[in-house]
Amino acid sequence: MSAAVDPLLVLILMLNFLMLGTSRLRTAIKASAAQGVLLGVLTVAVHGSPALRPILVGAAAAAIKGLTIPGMLNTALRDAAIRREIEPYISFLSSLLLGAIATGGAVLFADHLPLAPEHRGSLLVPASLATVLSGFLILSSRRKAITQVVGYVVLENGIFAMGLTLHDAMPSLVEIGVLLDLLVAIFVIGIVINHINREFASIDAAELDTLKE
Amino acid sequence: MAIALFLAPLLLAFTALVLPARMDRSWLVPLGAAVHLALVVVALADPDPVALRGWLALDPLGRIVLPLISGLYFACSLYVPGYLSQRPEERHRIFCAALLAFLAMMTLIILSHHLGLMWVALEANTLVSAPLLYFNRNRRSLEATWKYLLIGGVGIALALLGTFFLAYSALHAGRHASLLIDDLVREAPLLSRPWLHTAFVVLFVGYGTKMGLAPMHTWKPDAYGEAPGLVGALLAGGLTSCAFLALLRFYQICAAAGQAVFARDLMVAIGLLSMAVAGVFMARQRDYKRLLAYSSVEHMGILVLGVGIGGLAMFGALLHLVVNALTKGVMFMAAGNIHRAYGSKSIDQVSGALRRVPVSGALLLAGFFAVTGSPPFGPFLSEFTILRGAIGEGRYGIAAAFLVLLFVVFVGMGGTVLAVVQGKPRDDLPETGYRDTLGMVGPPLLLLAAVTLLGVWLPPALDDALHAAAAYVEGAA
Repeated sequence: MSAAVDPLLVLILMLNFLMLGTSRLRTAIKASAAQGVLLGVLTVAVHGSPALRPILVGAAAAAIKGLTIPGMLNTALRDAAIRREIEPYISFLSSLLLGAIATGGAVLFADHLPLAPEHRGSLLVPASLATVLSGFLILSSRRKAITQVVGYVVLENGIFAMGLTLHDAMPSLVEIGVLLDLLVAIFVIGIVINHINREFASIDAAELDTLKE
Repeated sequence: MAIALFLAPLLLAFTALVLPARMDRSWLVPLGAAVHLALVVVALADPDPVALRGWLALDPLGRIVLPLISGLYFACSLYVPGYLSQRPEERHRIFCAALLAFLAMMTLIILSHHLGLMWVALEANTLVSAPLLYFNRNRRSLEATWKYLLIGGVGIALALLGTFFLAYSALHAGRHASLLIDDLVREAPLLSRPWLHTAFVVLFVGYGTKMGLAPMHTWKPDAYGEAPGLVGALLAGGLTSCAFLALLRFYQICAAAGQAVFARDLMVAIGLLSMAVAGVFMARQRDYKRLLAYSSVEHMGILVLGVGIGGLAMFGALLHLVVNALTKGVMFMAAGNIHRAYGSKSIDQVSGALRRVPVSGALLLAGFFAVTGSPPFGPFLSEFTILRGAIGEGRYGIAAAFLVLLFVVFVGMGGTVLAVVQGKPRDDLPETGYRDTLGMVGPPLLLLAAVTLLGVWLPPALDDALHAAAAYVEGAA
């Protein structure tokens, strides 16, 4: 594991907070794209010495998480002609606060988990858990369908970072399966969003409440 | 053989996609179901079918769930041609292809002995069920599909995270990080305990979301309420059974590691909570399809409760898995027929189903008595076995709570079902053109016959298979 791992993880954590605190959808999408690129670099950094396989996986992750998905989200954003997340279920300040609590909790929790020798003293496990929790927080506290998808992407980013601890041990099928399925899932959700646009003019998921008890 | 089991329906799904637009393709679904059923019979005759270097295998658990979903799917598939003949033709292509791919992915979940592969199959299954839910293409089905994908997506993401944790528990123990179930069970005592506990909780939440356990059940009433009755039958009887099978695999690893108590307490708590939540939302429920969704939440709760009690109740839970899936097939198809006959699924408009559609009305009523555990139907036997298991283990509090919740559900569910079937149909009902035909009532009748048979006579082969599976999961303890 190279010395660049922890600074990269700190950047990823800072981006979590940026996404938790911003009301501008474009900023949130940009931050998720930056996180994707950082994860690509992280893939290579975790491995330590440059090798072909981590570089390929990292490049694929950066391309999909940093370019393709943000591109799709931006297209959806343009179609919907909205710029800001208005009236989230939890205010931006509270989500920042909850995000900080979640991050602290993740660090404490990871402390209780015994780590393999190569991961001791690294931020890899706590930072991935914190990212998963931040993603969940964004996903469940926002009204706009696009922001919910951004939250889902952040959640997946955290899981991807956790997967890096198993980088050498995991079979290639799972590695590739993760990226493919992520792409497909977002793709399908994107199609759903398109239908929402067509039928409702706005993509406020809170308007989808005909089925409430 | 194991490969053919999921490749055959996949091939037919592809055929359904490429057939020319004006050709009828609804017969492909019964064909695929029949081929699948035949292949399952052949596979069951093989003492130990393994493929792809142990990644696919038919273990004692699979020997129960695979024939179950194959039989249920076969009955549902007979319903497809009659159902589709009443629905817009341009939607048939995607619907048939998705239905067949759905069968292929359920099969792959059951056969997977590699947790990564199982996860991929679960994800693929979720994706192919989206077009099934969105079949009606209106605002309500769109909302249901959105919730299903988003909440299901989070469940799937957590399932993957849990799988990573499980692999890490082996890595930390200095073992080769394998995700093959047999390796994990064999090396379970060596796995890192804190990681194993964390993995089980996260996997329980992840796969529990797909199963629809409370409090992760919120997608279920919308999805089952808006999907065609046939799809509801396959989700409530098929997919949830597959997700439960996945949970049993993780429980098996926990039990092999000597951590069964930890997992059991969690399962008892969530099981009772699911039954209670379902009971609350069933009371005065005006939408009879949503009512069935809450019934599914309740029965998923009963399943994990049975596993959590263990011993005889584990056997009861596996029996309940079988009879619940078949009963859900009866109820969802009958409810779908009534929905077609009235053009409404609210008891504000629907009454007197026994007069307007006598067979479907009677099926819904019989299904209600079966699903709430009345004799002589199968669920009576399985729920009674779980109760005996709880008393046998000396867990009287749980047994009492179980009985009270069953009673609450009976009363809550009965109010809505009786309002649907009894009384006189309103005079101002629109003419929908629906009539009970053999194609529409034959499949649920077939399933009801099976549910009744299992209530009065448990075939020795099934009894042996259930005992073998219970011993397999609990590590022959």
